[in-house]
Amino acid sequence: MKALLKSPWVFHLSTGSCNNCDIEILDCLTPRFDIERFGMLLVGSARHADVLLVTGIMTRQSAPAAKRVYEQMAKPCVVVAIGSCSLGQGIFKGSYNAPIPVDEVLPVDAYIPGCPPKPEAMIAGVVKLIQKLQGAK
Amino acid sequence: MKTIVQFLIFPGFLFTAVVGLIASWIDRKVTARVQWRVGPPWYQPFVDMVKLLGKETIIPKGTSAVTFLTAPLVGLASVTLISMLLWLTLLNPGKGFIGDLIVVLYLSVIPAVSIIIGGFASRNPLASLGASREMKLVLGYELPFVLALLVPVIKAGGSIRLDEIVASQMATGATATSLSGVLALIVAIMCMQAKLTLVPFDLPEAETELMGGAYIEYSGPPLAVYKLTKHMFMFALPIFLVMTFMGGFGPSPISLILGLLKYVALLVIIVLIRNTNPRVRIDQAVRFFWGPMTLFAIVAVALAFLGW
Repeated sequence: MKALLKSPWVFHLSTGSCNNCDIEILDCLTPRFDIERFGMLLVGSARHADVLLVTGIMTRQSAPAAKRVYEQMAKPCVVVAIGSCSLGQGIFKGSYNAPIPVDEVLPVDAYIPGCPPKPEAMIAGVVKLIQKLQGAK
Repeated sequence: MKTIVQFLIFPGFLFTAVVGLIASWIDRKVTARVQWRVGPPWYQPFVDMVKLLGKETIIPKGTSAVTFLTAPLVGLASVTLISMLLWLTLLNPGKGFIGDLIVVLYLSVIPAVSIIIGGFASRNPLASLGASREMKLVLGYELPFVLALLVPVIKAGGSIRLDEIVASQMATGATATSLSGVLALIVAIMCMQAKLTLVPFDLPEAETELMGGAYIEYSGPPLAVYKLTKHMFMFALPIFLVMTFMGGFGPSPISLILGLLKYVALLVIIVLIRNTNPRVRIDQAVRFFWGPMTLFAIVAVALAFLGW
């Protein structure tokens, strides 16, 4: 668990987002922010990942898929919800297409608000999550 | 007993694993600096390994668990054996056996075979695609690689013993100081890039299109074994080229340091090729190896016969 905090590999899952949060996630990998300093890597397969980044409102179609992706991940792992949509469905609240928020489908460990959140906000959120997990162990 | 210790600890598993992980850190750090980033701290590959060993192993439904789990170990064992053979030859000059060059050549295909077996065993369309690409890549690069390795053999007077090749280079200068040697070294570096499945020949794992390719279903310890195999190979294969093309090195400290410098130079060349090229398609890769590379290798062999 201690090693996990030093090398969290990230898998990125969009459940019906407008792509803005996704672009901001990719910003974290650019030279300016460079999250590889902390050992974070963006991986292609959910099997390799330790952190699931969820963006978007969790549409009716994507809820079962998101659940399956979570089940495919090797445990222990954590889930981070990114952006207003995945926190409280944002401007889509009450939409016919988004019956349930993200945290009723997946066990979310950290919420990062913003529309879209800045890369700084994401890094700050992940640091807080790491501190929380260190306290919990 | 001595062989077991040699296999598991000094020139074998432990030594190669540690140096291989450091080599993979050099790879990531140089990549980061090329992209104007800071890059990970030096202990990052070790932390990754520890983390992967502590994670859950998922065996996909409907696969053969035995094949799925032993495939990574086959590759790991063969890379360990390559490294052990090379280092024992380097550290005890004159103690090789006839044909150890060919043994190393054969063993260096087995990591690719283990990726193919693992990919096909994981019952995933993307993994199968990755494995079939790996198979085509093996068909592509083996021909020019073997042809390129003929050059040091010819230079050493037809000897297929690694220690005799190193000794003859120490007597008359490294293979890569002659024209044919330079040509063959270029071909061998390209083939090494494909053998290590690094960009531009990382088709089997192609992160953006195949999402990890042959490794896609692996998690936890088996994935760690695959990663470790790749990192160890990144140590063993350049050492092999240093021995056959760049003069090799002996057991004395100065020669050892010089040899490691040659190794680091080769590693940096690999990393720079990896960072300055886009991924090619599989047909382009095979055409590249069977076309220009094979031609270069044949020219190099012909030049070596003529004594250039």
